[in-house]
Amino acid sequence: MSFSIGVQTRDFDVGREYAELIAGDTAAGAVVFFVGRVRDMNHARDVKSMSLEYYPGMTENILRNILDEAKTRWELIAARIFHRVGELSVGDQIVFVGVTSAHREHAFQAAEFLMDFLKTRAPFWKKEMGVDGAERWIEANANDQQRALGWE
Amino acid sequence: MIRVLFLAQLREQLGIAELQVATVSVASVATLKQYLVTSNPQWEQYLSNSKLLVAVNHEYAKADVAIKSGDEVAFFPPVTGG
Repeated sequence: MSFSIGVQTRDFDVGREYAELIAGDTAAGAVVFFVGRVRDMNHARDVKSMSLEYYPGMTENILRNILDEAKTRWELIAARIFHRVGELSVGDQIVFVGVTSAHREHAFQAAEFLMDFLKTRAPFWKKEMGVDGAERWIEANANDQQRALGWE
Repeated sequence: MIRVLFLAQLREQLGIAELQVATVSVASVATLKQYLVTSNPQWEQYLSNSKLLVAVNHEYAKADVAIKSGDEVAFFPPVTGG
C-alpha cells in the first residue's frame, strides 16, 4: 500500500482502507485515521446535499505534495488520502485520511497535518444545497488557515 | 495561445469556464489578469478579489510568474475541501 491518493465519485469502505493500510506490515504499531462527512447543518442552515468540485490534475498533484511533505516531517510507514467529488447527501463520507507509523505521536500529528493542509491547499470546492432549495458556495474558513499556518 | 480556466464560484460569476488568450497580449499572471479585465470590464469586481488563487500548469503561482504559449492558467476562489 505505502503512500497513495485517490479522487473519485465512488464511496469508500473504512474497513477496507484500514486493511489495505496495514496489509503485510507488522512494523506499524500505530494507525490513525480520520473520516470527514457531510453534516446536516452549517452556519445554522439546514443542508440537504452537497456538490463537490475539483481541478483534475492539480488536485491529485497537491495531494501527492502534501503526502510527500508529511513523509519528511514524521516517520511514516504508510498513508492514504481519498477524497470524493460530485453529488453527496447529508451523512455521506467525503474524505478519508489514514496514517501508519511505529509511533502513535507521529501518526496522530501526520493525520492532523494532512487534513489541515488538504483543507487549505487542495483544490476542492463545496456547494451546499439547502433544505429550502437554495444553493450556496461554502466560504473558506479563517480558522482552517490559522491551523495550517501553525505547521509552517 | 494560453488556456485560461475559471473554476467553482468564479466560473458562475463570470459566466464562462474557459477561454484562450494570445500570448502576445500577456507575459505574466499579473498582465493576464489586467488583459482579462480590460477586455471584460464587468469581470473586474470578481477578478480584483485579493483572495483569488492562481495556478500555472497545476502549480500555485504569484502575480509575477511568467507565462508562455501552451501554458494553462486557472483562477479560482479559496479552497473548501475536506
